[in-house]
Amino acid sequence: MRSKTNWWLTALLAVLSLTVLIPLYFVVVTALKTPDQLGGSGFALPTEVRWENFADAWRMTNFPRAALNSALVTVGAVVLTLLTNSMVAYAIARNRHRRFFRILFIYFVSALFVPFPILMLPVAKQTAFLGLDNQAGLILLYVVYGLSFNIFIFTAYIRSIPRELEEAAVIDGASTWTVFWRIIFPLLMPMNATVGILTCLWAWNDFLLPLVIVSAPEAATLPLVQHAFQGTFQTNYTVAFASYLMAMAPLLIVYVFAQRWVISGVTQGAVK
Amino acid sequence: MSFFWMVLPALVLFLVFHTIPVLQGIFYSFTDSAGYGAWDFVGLSNYTALFSDERVLSAYLFTFQFALVATILVNGIALALAVGLNGRIRFRNALRGIYFVPNILAILVIGYVFNYLFSNSLPEIASALGIEALSTSILADPELAWVGVLALAVWQAVAFNVIIYLAGLQTVPAELYEAAALDGAGPWRRFRGVTLPMIAGFVVVNTVLSLKNFLQVFDHVVAMTNGGPGTATESISVLIYKGGFQGGEYGYQIANAVVFMAVIALFAVVQFRVMRNRGVSHA
Repeated sequence: MRSKTNWWLTALLAVLSLTVLIPLYFVVVTALKTPDQLGGSGFALPTEVRWENFADAWRMTNFPRAALNSALVTVGAVVLTLLTNSMVAYAIARNRHRRFFRILFIYFVSALFVPFPILMLPVAKQTAFLGLDNQAGLILLYVVYGLSFNIFIFTAYIRSIPRELEEAAVIDGASTWTVFWRIIFPLLMPMNATVGILTCLWAWNDFLLPLVIVSAPEAATLPLVQHAFQGTFQTNYTVAFASYLMAMAPLLIVYVFAQRWVISGVTQGAVK
Repeated sequence: MSFFWMVLPALVLFLVFHTIPVLQGIFYSFTDSAGYGAWDFVGLSNYTALFSDERVLSAYLFTFQFALVATILVNGIALALAVGLNGRIRFRNALRGIYFVPNILAILVIGYVFNYLFSNSLPEIASALGIEALSTSILADPELAWVGVLALAVWQAVAFNVIIYLAGLQTVPAELYEAAALDGAGPWRRFRGVTLPMIAGFVVVNTVLSLKNFLQVFDHVVAMTNGGPGTATESISVLIYKGGFQGGEYGYQIANAVVFMAVIALFAVVQFRVMRNRGVSHA
């Protein structure tokens, strides 16, 4: 039996969702305007569209370079995080009877509560010293710093996988590595989705880590570029908004198509 | 043996890029290092100086006020929206999808948009409506600028928490509601008596994680006010960054960060206590 739709509630939630949509609408209309249309509240539709805003922003911020850096760092961080963090979690989850692995688990997870400001100054020096003040350094640090939280998610899930599967494979002569890659890793797909989505959002949108690590402008990611150019836009707001829109667009577009998958991925991580 | 090889690289990298920098930081907190050049040991004087530093105290005050209010608002609003989205509504997936959007935007970038809205659009609208108090930018008002930072933080963080609460609500068996409804409980009683106890774990974890994240607020402040006007909205993280990287106060600000870590660790201990008492096992 299908229960009756509560239309009042539906309407209320739809109206409230405008709080999310209105700022986005504002970004789009402002990015399309000519500077002389900026007066007033700014919510009016553009009377005349100025596409050059995007061309100007593209040139000024060297958008292709920054977008490529962000994409590179994000993809690198997601792929390496999934391949390595799940493996570490597997080793820990299957050796809880050993003291070394129990301590290791606590060691990694306790770092969740170490605020980044305490290590940001030393780690900035360290990465500069090692020549890692670039995209490669960012990828490495996202993979390493993500470990604390990801191990938490992965181990909880791995413990729910029955050991019989692995034992059967071991009897057939499979090594621990084979067991992991052939049996466990494929079973981790729901958690890989969760961890992959969260890592992707983190690496793409993060500002503080690139701010302290990256030194060369050529290696800057999108948020860092926005920060660097915020001053040079001056009162050139329409170009600034075009550049904001371009920085947000890639992930927004992916989200529009993968929305259900993204939300179910996040949800799965929460319920576990 | 293979298990050791699986964790060894991670352990080494974690040591090198996390633990050693933390220890280095603690070491430098006992020096007068400017971040470069020579330095001397100064004992505990960085720490004692912190407690009489107006700028540090004001950063702690701002950060705690902000984090506390933001945590309460975010969790209250997110829970209310999640209960609504879990109701008998149409277009649930579309609405859920919209509410999650702020979480996929970079805080810094959408923060610049909010900055413009608060500096230009809001004053225009307010003066058109004749609201004198809001006819100038609140971001330029030392008393009110933090509200702008708060608005951005709440807007952005509600998105994630709605989805988590919604996941929590879906773990509540429908029979419980039916039983409560048969007993004549109204919507509010059903929420207090059935929903809230069933998702208490989610509330506790979300609240403490929100608080922990908001205590480290950085991007929001940079985008909205850059700590200003003056130092009215300077958070602890912003102060450590500014003083440590640009102000030649490397050793001093690291001492600040060590104190900050102790504060966060205190919250962590409380969190683990509460979590264990509730028997919660969710991330």
